[in-house]
Amino acid sequence: MLTVSGLACSRGERRLFANVGFALGSGEWLHVQGANGAGKTSLMRLLVGLSPADAGEIRWRGEPTPSVDFRREMIYLGHHAAVKEDLTPLENLRLSAALDGVALDERTALAALIRLGLRGREDLPVRVLSAGQKRRVLLARLLTRPAILWVLDEAFNALDVGAVKLLGDLIAEHLAAGGMAVLTSHQPLPVPGGKALVL
Amino acid sequence: MGDHGRFKGCIGVSQSLIQWFRYASPQSFYPLAGRMIPWFWAAAAVFGVAGLWISFFVAPTDAQQGEGYRIIFVHVPASWMSMFIYLVMAFWAALGLALNTRVSGMMAQALAPTGALMAALSLWTGAFWGKPMWGAWWVWDARLTSELILFFLYLGFMALQAAIDDPRRADKAGAILALVGVVNIPIIYFSVKWWNTLHQGSTINLTKAPSMAQTMLWGMLLMALAFWMYSIAVALTRVRAIILERERHTEWVKHALE
Amino acid sequence: MKALLATVRRDILLALRRKSEVLTAVFFFVIVTSLFPLGIGPEPVLLKKIAPGILWVAALLSTLLGLPRLFAADHLDGTLEQMALSPSPLGLLVAGKIVAHWLLCGLPLVLLAPVLGLQFDLDASALGILTLALLLGTPLLSLIGAIGAALTLGVRGGGVLLALLVLPLYIPALIFGAGAVEAHIAGLDVGGHLSLLAAMLALAAFFAPWATTAALRVALE
Repeated sequence: MLTVSGLACSRGERRLFANVGFALGSGEWLHVQGANGAGKTSLMRLLVGLSPADAGEIRWRGEPTPSVDFRREMIYLGHHAAVKEDLTPLENLRLSAALDGVALDERTALAALIRLGLRGREDLPVRVLSAGQKRRVLLARLLTRPAILWVLDEAFNALDVGAVKLLGDLIAEHLAAGGMAVLTSHQPLPVPGGKALVL
Repeated sequence: MGDHGRFKGCIGVSQSLIQWFRYASPQSFYPLAGRMIPWFWAAAAVFGVAGLWISFFVAPTDAQQGEGYRIIFVHVPASWMSMFIYLVMAFWAALGLALNTRVSGMMAQALAPTGALMAALSLWTGAFWGKPMWGAWWVWDARLTSELILFFLYLGFMALQAAIDDPRRADKAGAILALVGVVNIPIIYFSVKWWNTLHQGSTINLTKAPSMAQTMLWGMLLMALAFWMYSIAVALTRVRAIILERERHTEWVKHALE
Repeated sequence: MKALLATVRRDILLALRRKSEVLTAVFFFVIVTSLFPLGIGPEPVLLKKIAPGILWVAALLSTLLGLPRLFAADHLDGTLEQMALSPSPLGLLVAGKIVAHWLLCGLPLVLLAPVLGLQFDLDASALGILTLALLLGTPLLSLIGAIGAALTLGVRGGGVLLALLVLPLYIPALIFGAGAVEAHIAGLDVGGHLSLLAAMLALAAFFAPWATTAALRVALE
């Protein structure tokens, strides 16, 4: 469903990578590896359509991205917290769902937060939560925003042992349900299978 | 047979297109600009000398304004150029946004300082003309005010480009600003004119100057051509510098500089 | 359309959690207008003559004060990135943010202006025209300002640069806005001024969100 071919990217004068290509089908995931500065994040931003590629093309269901379908069926979580510090976790989830035009009732949102281990924190402002807990608020979006392709950049950072296992389980469940994922990290990931792409 | 001919025609068209687009790459534009620059300098010199000679020695003294009026031979062409260059800048900016050609953004960036210089020159000479004619260095005349705002627009464009480190982002942001500016310039000009007539009933009007002598017109025309050629020569020189700066890591620049 | 309203609600909710930021701009408006009589002298005839200009320039500057925050916070915490990738068109979300900015930074000025106008001895009908002109003009300021805010997003010295970019573009709004009140005081018809303001507002409402969106996409690259 996701096919990438001949992708090239440079930052300023430096060529980061060229001729990157892969294909991802239902239930498959890709592990993007590489040293610091190899261009993992750049590749992710290219993939989701935040920045234009120097060359190459990305197709989703055979159509060049970014199409409306692609935006609806893809979720990208990057380095940023992407949560509002002044709002509570519950408000954060509901507002981002509203912006995306996705229906989200309070029960589903609460269930997602509880699954991420934020029971009892749902009505506190995010500002008072720890870095790891903020990360969990963001990850809760994986459960409240239905998407087929998960693009997660360094999603395992700042998570404790329990949360790493939890995220691994979430990804495994998503893949088992026919989803797809593109993940970056330097460490081995607690998700079985997967193709590897080394930059 | 007919198919064959059409096929050949197609190749011809696409080849000339390729020929044209070849110059959109910095590498081939650089030598082309280098070859054109001396011609524009020469033309600027010829027109400039002829224009100055006519405007200072041939054109008659103005009955009302005396010798002081001769400053309009610099003032009017500078004002024309300052407005025209903004349009050209916006044109290159739009082209760069639409076709993603790199030279377009560089052209826009190279034109801005010359445009700002023309606007400044127009304001400066306007003030020099205003002192003997109106008795004040600055009058809130509709034209002067619009020129001042145009000068601010140039400064904003240059400041925005200078503040953004990534040249591609700078080009695109500058292009959007130039397009917003070009939509606004007529609105600004019209509103300033309205404001001006409302407030002082416009006692002095440049356009109503007593019918200009034929030689004055010639002088103005030649000076305008000289300014035109100068602007092109300077912009091309600057674009060459920008190309070298941005492409300094490529092989062909290292080769070209040897 | 739903996404637009959701953005408006979100930004207003966020502003209500940080009231001080909104109030700063409003207080700035009050203080700046009150400084002029102190600098010029309490001559009522003179004050009445310059009141429209002062109130409009002060409104312009207070709008400018809130502009850098329009996208900066969302850019810093990454929510702007999420908006750019949202299934809802970014243009709609941007329009929502501009509407919210006007409700938070523009509307308070419109409501306060008649009260401040009293300081300058403006009569009731002049105050009415002033309010009407600001009602048409302040959304225009928010729309044009949003383009500048998007262009200077994450740029060195963004705040000052924003003023340099946006203030020249504010001049037509200033001329017709202040001009309407002056014309009314001089006993002239103000229909022309107000309809030109409305026309510029319509033009900006059409083009500004589009230009802002393009500038934001460039800033996010």
